[in-house]
Amino acid sequence: MDGIDDILTADGARLYEAVTALLACRGLITAAEIDARVRATDAASPAQGARMVARAWSDPAYRVRLLGDGTRAAEEMGIPMRGLPPLGVLENTPHLHHLVVCTLCSCYPRAVLGYPPFWFKSAAYRARAVRDPRGTIAEWRTTLPAGTHIRVVDSTADYRWMVLPLRPDDTEDWDEARLAAIVRDTDMIGVTVPTA
Amino acid sequence: MSTLGPGDRVRVRDDWPETGGMPVHVRTPHYVRGQEGTVLRALGAFPDPADLAFARPAATRALYHVIFAQRALWPDGRPDEEASDEVLVELYEHWLERA
Repeated sequence: MDGIDDILTADGARLYEAVTALLACRGLITAAEIDARVRATDAASPAQGARMVARAWSDPAYRVRLLGDGTRAAEEMGIPMRGLPPLGVLENTPHLHHLVVCTLCSCYPRAVLGYPPFWFKSAAYRARAVRDPRGTIAEWRTTLPAGTHIRVVDSTADYRWMVLPLRPDDTEDWDEARLAAIVRDTDMIGVTVPTA
Repeated sequence: MSTLGPGDRVRVRDDWPETGGMPVHVRTPHYVRGQEGTVLRALGAFPDPADLAFARPAATRALYHVIFAQRALWPDGRPDEEASDEVLVELYEHWLERA
């Protein structure tokens, strides 16, 4: 193959073999390291973040560790974080609601939330979230109780941010699996809040 | 390395490297330049992405979480109940000066 047309129309599997063989040949990365990263990428989904939220709702000591160091708290749940940007976790309270955006590009905590929803990368969301946060979350029919203020979190640099939502009422008897099942990516971005 | 601490009032430099005619990579949003905010926490130190983007040797910069009043950034037509809303931004120390 020589030329960009060939790359664009190449058989993906053969291209993958060729590039990974070259990388291994030059000692830049091993096949095992690539396999580990592919597995981690495949496993990344909002279900990972939801497990962390459900654990934090159920275990006060884990909640403290999660808010103190999101990366270590994710690793504690078996989520590979090596080589990834540090994860910060922002706790919603009855008086404070967090809304995450990346106005400059599309920074997103992929290890714990998977791929971002399409709108997260849109110019409209990125512009409106900082300028009109209440109008923005109203698009999801989210309204906040009187007295709750909003803190918009713009992911401009080295961290990736995830919201720890408020645990919904009437879930006192629920176990972690049942709690995790109601937590969505939008709850951990802050455009919605989980409901029982 | 962190010379600023929680509660410190800071002003973001009103600097526009984009206008210098050379390619740049800037992680300081336009909307906070020249604005005053308050340091919420120090976030550690990281290689400067303005250098990393061009594969240059990168200076290590202290990074801070800085809070701005949302209404100060966009004063138009904010109802009173939104007066306490805030915008929290990660900013490198060389973009901040004490206010």
